Amino acid sequence: MVSIGFFIYFAFAIVVLSLLVVTRKNPVHSVLWMLLLFFHIAGLYLFLNAEFMAAIQVIVYAGGILVLFLFVVLLMNLREELSIGKYTTFGPTGFTFALGLFVAVSMSLSSFIAAPPGKYSIDLIKQETHIKALGKLLYTEFIYPFEVASLILLVAMIGAIVLAKRRLKS
Amino acid sequence: MPGTYLPTEYLPVLIFILVAEAFGFGALLIGVVFRPKKPYPEKLMPYESGINPKGEPRTRFAIRFYIIAMLFVVFDVEAIFIYPWAIVFDKIGIFAFIEMVIFILILLIGYIYAWKKEAFVWD
Repeated sequence: MVSIGFFIYFAFAIVVLSLLVVTRKNPVHSVLWMLLLFFHIAGLYLFLNAEFMAAIQVIVYAGGILVLFLFVVLLMNLREELSIGKYTTFGPTGFTFALGLFVAVSMSLSSFIAAPPGKYSIDLIKQETHIKALGKLLYTEFIYPFEVASLILLVAMIGAIVLAKRRLKS
Repeated sequence: MPGTYLPTEYLPVLIFILVAEAFGFGALLIGVVFRPKKPYPEKLMPYESGINPKGEPRTRFAIRFYIIAMLFVVFDVEAIFIYPWAIVFDKIGIFAFIEMVIFILILLIGYIYAWKKEAFVWD
């Protein structure tokens, strides 16, 4: 199947790109790899029949949040990431913990059962268009999380202004 | 389930991406193969309109840029939420209208706060 091949490509690319993001010494390189990562996540959304999510992923993450990351990197003016040996060295204890977690997650994966598909099948979403299906659910059934989202945005906005303005004064 | 759906209508986008990548990397590759390579120190220096470069290329950004970027992201997300709402607005009716008014009012508080705190002032 072609779609399985695409999924394997996206899954593999996302894991590799995430590793590149966290292992680069130069923060600007990290941010650029992250840009590529966001595009691949958008591709994954596209293959999950969620084209609006794919567009949002590109517009908000690749367009907005990445700029925020870049500003923070430039604000700090980091030539190279600070590394503190205590937290960045890879000791046997950390390895044991990571391996244990990996084994636990792998074991629990076998008992993973996909939930029964809801009423929105591929054909129904095709017929109704993805944005309409999403909107109908978001503004009726999921109204509470939607209003909570506005509060989270408010907190983000006020938090940024409080932190930044305090630094401006001092 | 991943791997069960193939967005065939996005095939032109895939072709576009592939052609763009091939064009970009191809141009670089052809350049590497064919251009003469005779470097000397002056040639390898960063070009700054004929003036010798001095100081660090990176300078610290003013924190004001961060506030602007943060406000941009917040209102970007707000606009994104309005988009599907506008599509289904006529299907859901007055209920959807009231909840969107509440949503915008909550963010309006933040907007007024930012205004009062002079986050939009550039001095």
